[in-house]
Amino acid sequence: MNTILKKTQLSDDVVQLRVAAPLIAEERKPGQFVIVQVDSDFGERIPLTIADADAREGSITLIFQVVGKTTMRMAALKEGDVIENILGPLGRPTHIEKLGTVVCVGGGIGVAPLHPIAQGFKQAGNKVIIILGARNQKLLILEKEMRAIADELIICTDDGSYGRKALVTEPLKELCQQAPKPDFVVAIGPPIMMKFCAETTRPFAVPTFVSLNTIMVDGTGMCGGCRVTVGDETKFVCVDGPEFDGHKVDFDNMMKRLRAYKTLEDQARHTCKLQQEIARKESEMKP
Amino acid sequence: MSHPTPAQLDAAAVDCLKKLDLAALKVKERLAIPPQEMPSQDPEVRRRNIQEVALGYTAAQAQAEALRCLQCKNKPCVAGCPVAIDIPAFIQAIAEGDYQKSIDIIKKDSLLPAVCGRVCPQEEQCQLPCTVGKALKDVNKSVSIGRLERFVADWEREQGKVKLPAIKPETGKKVAIIGCGPAGITVAADVRREGHAVTIFEAFHKSGGVMVYGIPEFRLPKVIVKEELATLEKMGVTIQTNFVVGRTRKLLDLLAKDGFDAVFVGVGAGLPKFMNIPGENLVGVFSANEYLTRANLMRAYDFERADTPIFRSQKVAVLGGGNVAMDAARMAVRLGAQEVHLVYRRSRVEMPARIEEVAHAEEEGVLFHLLENAKRILGNEQGLVTGMECVRYELGEPDSSGRRRPVELKGSEFIMDVDTVICAIGNESNPLIRQTTPGLDHNKWGNIIANDQQLTSLPHVYAGGDIVLGAATVILAMGQGRTAAAAINKALAAQPAVT
Ligand SMILES: Cc1cc2nc3c(=O)[nH]c(=O)nc-3n(C[C@H](O)[C@H](O)[C@H](O)COP(=O)(O)OP(=O)(O)OC[C@H]3O[C@@H](n4cnc5c(N)ncnc54)[C@H](O)[C@@H]3O)c2cc1C
Ligand SMILES: Cc1cc2nc3c(=O)[nH]c(=O)nc-3n(C[C@H](O)[C@H](O)[C@H](O)COP(=O)(O)OP(=O)(O)OC[C@H]3O[C@@H](n4cnc5c(N)ncnc54)[C@H](O)[C@@H]3O)c2cc1C
Ligand code: SF4
Ligand code: FES
Repeated sequence: MNTILKKTQLSDDVVQLRVAAPLIAEERKPGQFVIVQVDSDFGERIPLTIADADAREGSITLIFQVVGKTTMRMAALKEGDVIENILGPLGRPTHIEKLGTVVCVGGGIGVAPLHPIAQGFKQAGNKVIIILGARNQKLLILEKEMRAIADELIICTDDGSYGRKALVTEPLKELCQQAPKPDFVVAIGPPIMMKFCAETTRPFAVPTFVSLNTIMVDGTGMCGGCRVTVGDETKFVCVDGPEFDGHKVDFDNMMKRLRAYKTLEDQARHTCKLQQEIARKESEMKP
Repeated sequence: MSHPTPAQLDAAAVDCLKKLDLAALKVKERLAIPPQEMPSQDPEVRRRNIQEVALGYTAAQAQAEALRCLQCKNKPCVAGCPVAIDIPAFIQAIAEGDYQKSIDIIKKDSLLPAVCGRVCPQEEQCQLPCTVGKALKDVNKSVSIGRLERFVADWEREQGKVKLPAIKPETGKKVAIIGCGPAGITVAADVRREGHAVTIFEAFHKSGGVMVYGIPEFRLPKVIVKEELATLEKMGVTIQTNFVVGRTRKLLDLLAKDGFDAVFVGVGAGLPKFMNIPGENLVGVFSANEYLTRANLMRAYDFERADTPIFRSQKVAVLGGGNVAMDAARMAVRLGAQEVHLVYRRSRVEMPARIEEVAHAEEEGVLFHLLENAKRILGNEQGLVTGMECVRYELGEPDSSGRRRPVELKGSEFIMDVDTVICAIGNESNPLIRQTTPGLDHNKWGNIIANDQQLTSLPHVYAGGDIVLGAATVILAMGQGRTAAAAINKALAAQPAVT
């Protein structure tokens, strides 16, 4: 169990792993995630969305961006290696039904969790319009897979290196201004992107769901570390989410909470990079 | 007064024993033996390490303490013990130096003596009605039953004498246990002994429940729990970690699809309560569960090696007065906080924590704020905690339970200067199992309802421990586990044999 079957580098800092996890592959539904830990003694537990699964092969696909210590350690794993702990599927599945026109907005690494959801809405008979955003062309992932699902695909880059030179909120606004306006929007990406997508659709009263990526520990509702303010209530992302009504989420509070360990994490990432650098130098020097 | 060293305490005990005529001890002489103090690490030293605080009796101390027991015929202590260990008998064996006999007596009724000896609230259970305490008019002078229990349990483990219980021939029947805390562990051992195949499903990557993720190393060393779990595995119990029932697999599928003949639910009370006051979602506010899980299970106290970060706090406020609050406060001390304030709404006598933990916390410099409570947590633009508004209370008229109710003193608000707030005001039950198991009855607090056999509203499904009792204790979880196991064994014996 938990053996890495295939590893693919999707872009400079985005890695895709197909991992043997038959029980999770069988039970998982779009929108759910796993908690991954590379070593039981000192490793950190981090949440990653199940980007895809193959119940017959008994495998799940994880796509992650290398941003810190744990994702760095995971990126260093090879095919055949085993990830010590994978727990899941966690969180509530996306509520998928036939609504009409659904706009799926994905930013950066958020395209990975968006993929199974877009797939689900398509299979449920919706017209699916997909907007993908990235800083530049090199950072764009899963374009081919998303194109296969989409009735209409819009690509935006911040620098105009590919598709439209725009933020994803621009085409989203245009779609809302058209008649008939979309029936539903799902936005997944950096918190700031989700926040502005929600702001964009609010005046048009288009229901907008977002998938929150808070810091987690257990992923089962035991610690409350993942809590966010939604409307007037405190919710635990790992058990009540990860998807919430974007018009009600307090994104500012969530973004602050995400930075809770920033300094410590930056240090850890720095040391981790140094160690990898040393290891690489050492292996180069070996005859 | 300087902190007594273990050697000093041992010498005093040896001295005391020398003066006694062991063959003909009278009641008066027994009552005159000084209660043996638990040797412990010096507070100044232990504030900076994670090792166990209480070091355990020496042989001489154990004998001296055991000789204080009057061997009462009516055994009030046994009536106070939730699992009715034959206390005078095991104490007598210690007095005679027959430790093996002593531990054998305990193990007839308790599965986890090394744990219970350390964490049971003895002063509210066996030691409360103890005749010696009554005679000396001080419950703190009762025979230290818990310390003696720990002494022989540690002796057995350190000697490598832990015996595997005999296991009956395989019956071919299968029992699933959900949750590997004290309740689940107890059921596993008792059911396995009857020859049934047992699988424990545990959500975390490590088993042991609160004993590994909540109760810190300095109070309950992980090796003790680890050895108990190793014994279970040697008995042939399968422990499957990273398996959350309700998500990885539904409870009812275990029965319907996976061929289990019975299921025991021992998932604990893992849902932290918050105060519901403004500012609670600021950065630097934690549930005790999160704080302790990071520190214990994820080993964040080991700054160098652990990947999991923990807040480097300077001034910490802990809200609550139970064991969880003491653990969080003492952990914060060890992680380097300069000031740790414990804020509790009632007065000291109402504190639900074990007396020993309260004393240890004070020795380690935790500052107690009794009859005070948090009203609001203050933060800055970055969302970091900068302070906490508190209000004072006084004890008013007794309420229906007879306890004097704390009443807010109007206008007594003041600001406490802190950068971290840890909420340790209790746990509710995790909704996952009940949400994913139709037909499983629960009460309005979300606790699963079980009858006196621990059977739930669903056939073949039993439950016990904190998920039934609400946040309770290790020994009560174990007691319900024993009852459930007996009921499961009986039900399985009545079923036709599997061929
Ligand atoms: C339900 C859920 C699903 C997720 N799915 C994916 C996914 O499919 N692919 C993916 O790449 N990431 C996903 N994330 C985010 C992922 O968990 C974090 O990127 C990861 O925890 C970073 O760990 P690290 O040790 O490598 O970095 P750290 O050293 O912990 O953090 C590095 C940097 O990332 C920021 N950061 C920390 N935690 C998070 C977080 N949870 N989300 C965003 N930024 C964070 C920190 O502020 C810091 O600047 C998901 C998060 C959640 C809650
Ligand atoms: C910090 C702290 C200090 C304490 N101090 C004391 C003390 O000094 N003395 C004392 O007697 N008691 C103490 N307690 C209380 C005591 O630990 C509990 O009453 C006891 O552990 C309850 O046992 P349990 O088996 O019911 O549940 P737990 O010990 O909570 O174990 C439940 C297990 O089930 C797992 N689980 C949960 N949901 C699922 C699922 N869906 N699928 C699979 N696994 C699941 C959990 O991960 C956990 O490992 C303390 C508690 C805490 C939190
Ligand atoms: S009540 Fe106290 S003195 Fe009497 S038998 Fe029990 S432990 Fe001994
Ligand atoms: S991650 Fe611990 S409660 Fe959600």
